[in-house]
Amino acid sequence: MNGDYLELTDVGVSFDGFVAVDGVSMTVLQGDLRFLIGPNGAGKTTLVDAITGLVPATGSATFGATELLGKKVHKIARLGIGRTFQTASVFEELSVLQNLDIAAGAGRGPLTMLRRRTSVPEEVEQVLEVIGLEDLRDRQAGVLAHGQKQWLEIGMLIVQNARVLLLDEPVAGMSAHEREETGLLLRRIGAERTVVVVEHDMDFMRSFATSVTVLHAGKVLSEGTVAQVQADPRVQEVYLGRAAEGVA
Amino acid sequence: MTMELDKADETGTAVARTPPKRKLNKEWATAFGFIALAVALLVLAPAVLSDFRLSLLGRFVCYAIVAVGIGLAWGRGGMLTLGQGVFFGLGAYAMAMHLKLADAGADGVPDFMKLYGSGQVPGWWEPFRSPVFTVIAIVAVPALVAFGLGAAVFRRRVRGAYFAILSQALAAAFAILLIGQQASIGGTNGLNGFRSFFGFNLYDPVNKRMLFYIAASVLLVMVLVVWQLYRSRYGELLVAVRDQEERVRFLGYDPANVKIVAYVVAAAMAGIAGALFVPIVGIISPASVGVVPSIAFLIGVAIGGRSTLFGPVVGAIAVAWAQTSLSEAFPSFWTYFQGAMFVLVVAFLPKGFASVGAFRKRKEAKA
Repeated sequence: MNGDYLELTDVGVSFDGFVAVDGVSMTVLQGDLRFLIGPNGAGKTTLVDAITGLVPATGSATFGATELLGKKVHKIARLGIGRTFQTASVFEELSVLQNLDIAAGAGRGPLTMLRRRTSVPEEVEQVLEVIGLEDLRDRQAGVLAHGQKQWLEIGMLIVQNARVLLLDEPVAGMSAHEREETGLLLRRIGAERTVVVVEHDMDFMRSFATSVTVLHAGKVLSEGTVAQVQADPRVQEVYLGRAAEGVA
Repeated sequence: MTMELDKADETGTAVARTPPKRKLNKEWATAFGFIALAVALLVLAPAVLSDFRLSLLGRFVCYAIVAVGIGLAWGRGGMLTLGQGVFFGLGAYAMAMHLKLADAGADGVPDFMKLYGSGQVPGWWEPFRSPVFTVIAIVAVPALVAFGLGAAVFRRRVRGAYFAILSQALAAAFAILLIGQQASIGGTNGLNGFRSFFGFNLYDPVNKRMLFYIAASVLLVMVLVVWQLYRSRYGELLVAVRDQEERVRFLGYDPANVKIVAYVVAAAMAGIAGALFVPIVGIISPASVGVVPSIAFLIGVAIGGRSTLFGPVVGAIAVAWAQTSLSEAFPSFWTYFQGAMFVLVVAFLPKGFASVGAFRKRKEAKA
């Protein structure tokens, strides 16, 4: 349990010669709430894609002692790496309960699959409470509010038994109240897991990050606590420079 | 804002409380629908229809069995299967070969082979002398072909229109292949002139009625199989794969496997339907398995409602019935009716006639 951490060593991704991620190394420990920030095109989402097997990458990404790179998407997911997407992607025609039940069931055998769901799995019941959707369990996921969909997605990661949660802009488009709720939710679930949040929202980062990695042009520009990163002149230059030039 | 939230909570708890009851009602409605279908097919139809009409209905029931499978693969699984004629044909030809061999007697040679072929039964025909082998082949051959095809296609993430075109091309190729084999499987003429079915005389009206009962019972069993699949966890997962294939992958499932299961079941159903079609209609030829019949299978499903349990069954039978009666009344106009009906349904009822009820329910809920 305590030996499980996410370690990236010299991870690189390039598309037809364009280098999107250029030798990123970082270590995220369990219980850490790591924020991954950086200007548009810095390679944040691509890095998450690389770890989850969506795009081929060079270098090494390990969780525990297991190498992730080069494995298939669903195999990586089964190793305990879970992710969300910028646009909430839940199964809209299914109920909240069905969404969570599917997320909890990747290890089910064929006989279980061919039978009906007669009871609610315990872990699903717990998660419904954690994400605050107990009363909406039979609601179609498609009609949930935007924030609720994102929480459902996070809930799906938990019942999926993901030990590493890679969240791509989880609070985009949320109201202030929903952001607050989401941050608290991440804190609650993050203690026993390794959480990496890709985010643009600086206020949200300041409130909830325990550590921050700044990416710029595919490279790690700075890493540390929120205060350390904010004080880093290179970070200021990237953000202020961009502000001064407009869209660089 | 707060008001809206409150309202959401209110309806939320209301919804949370109702489902067990609603689910039960839905189960009862489905059970009632199933019993109604069973009574209509097994009691009503034989009582009111002439032998000729009953035999026609038997043919439509075969189409409906294919439709049930398409409902599973397309309606729930999102795989637009434009080539079910292939599996229908595999089942049909397996049955037809057995019937030809049985008619020819022990070590006999089917009549058409004496006419067009060398007068020798090809080696690959021989196993079909065995009724047991034939019955197994009717299910296993379409299932295995679908498995191989599905494994190759779905793992490469071929889907949507590409999958549809691929499956249709397969139906075209299959028909062409059959046409070219005059000596061994009858070419364009196909296989016909069957005299008996597992020892029963096919000219006897009682046996013909029995064939209808067999086909109708098989259809009912297939509906039950699909009903169980829809209610199971697999059914929920299949819908998830249809709507968000990539997301399912990130939950640790291989969506290809999920799709292969539905595709294989649909193919096996088409094969069984083909096998029942042969003794009921008395002929199987490339014209019944190519592109046109493959699309015709789909139209009934689309019109009835592809993602519902009974939509494909009712749609397939209704469209085939309309085709027969309309082409009796207005010969050569059927294709226009068919086209117009298809356009109207796609334009106004994209989920088929089964969605009329759902639409009304939504309206009531809003009011």
